[in-house]
Amino acid sequence: MLVGAAPFGVIFGTLAIGSGLPVWLTLGMSLLVFGGSSQFVAVSLISSGAALPVIWLTTFVVNLRHALYSATLLPYARELPARWRWALAFWLTDETFAVVENQLRHHTDAKDGAWYWLGSSLAMYFNWQFWTLVGVVLGQSIPMLATLGLDFAMVATFAAIVALQLHARPVLFAALVAGTVALLARELPYKLGLMLAALAGVAAGVIAEKLSERVSRAAEPQALP
Amino acid sequence: MNGYTNAESALILLGMVLVTYCLRLSFLVFGHRAAFPDWLKRALRYVPAAVLTALIVPMALAPQGAVDVSLHNAYLPGAIATVAVALWTRQTLAAILGGFVVYGLWRLWVV
Repeated sequence: MLVGAAPFGVIFGTLAIGSGLPVWLTLGMSLLVFGGSSQFVAVSLISSGAALPVIWLTTFVVNLRHALYSATLLPYARELPARWRWALAFWLTDETFAVVENQLRHHTDAKDGAWYWLGSSLAMYFNWQFWTLVGVVLGQSIPMLATLGLDFAMVATFAAIVALQLHARPVLFAALVAGTVALLARELPYKLGLMLAALAGVAAGVIAEKLSERVSRAAEPQALP
Repeated sequence: MNGYTNAESALILLGMVLVTYCLRLSFLVFGHRAAFPDWLKRALRYVPAAVLTALIVPMALAPQGAVDVSLHNAYLPGAIATVAVALWTRQTLAAILGGFVVYGLWRLWVV
């Protein structure tokens, strides 16, 4: 996990600096927001000059799944003092959730669990800061990065992330619909097209999931002897 | 450089921090009784793919604003190569690099 996050930290730092974000904003995002995908999306929106509420709303949508992590981990945190819960919530990301949820499900000792959770959080956190910093330094030392194809770096990074999730058919459907709507609605003001496309994509994914469930249920009786 | 004052940039950051922290705090600190609705749980699985695709498709297919599927649009072969390498190797980094190679060569020789 720590190794997996490294390239994204570097790419984030490099892209942000190359897109003209000030160093403090780039590092500030990693230090205080600490949410990879939302940071990437924010850089993309900032470089296209989106309005502030648009950036906030998109951050909300992209990070909404953190509320799900928060709910899922609550049973393991119920006994913890409030300041522990405030602190652990701050570091709750995809990677931490994946590691901690898996560990806590198998080991029920609450006190050890909390320390494990804290340790994983801090390891992920400092790892992300370090690689962001490497990216920032890299971004500053390659001033012609923009001419090397900065926009394409964004496209390639996102395309690679999405492509690796496409093995589930509903996700493919969600991506196709989101992409089509985004293309058709790209002229809408305030990046509304992005929100519209995200909504349409999510709806398409849910519908596709429901349909494929129905199909497999309908097929079941025939499979019986 | 991208049209925001320092104060606006600070506000962008502050808003992002508040939004994200509130989402993470939601259940751990405030939600002792609330339950997460099942439909929302399902829907959330599609958010990353939908948002990321929505961001890149217009960039790749219409980099100048108008839809451009001609040979002059190096984004398109680059993006296709990225997806192909990703599906083939299942390695994010290899996919990004592969996409970049195709994009770079395309700009050198085709455009």
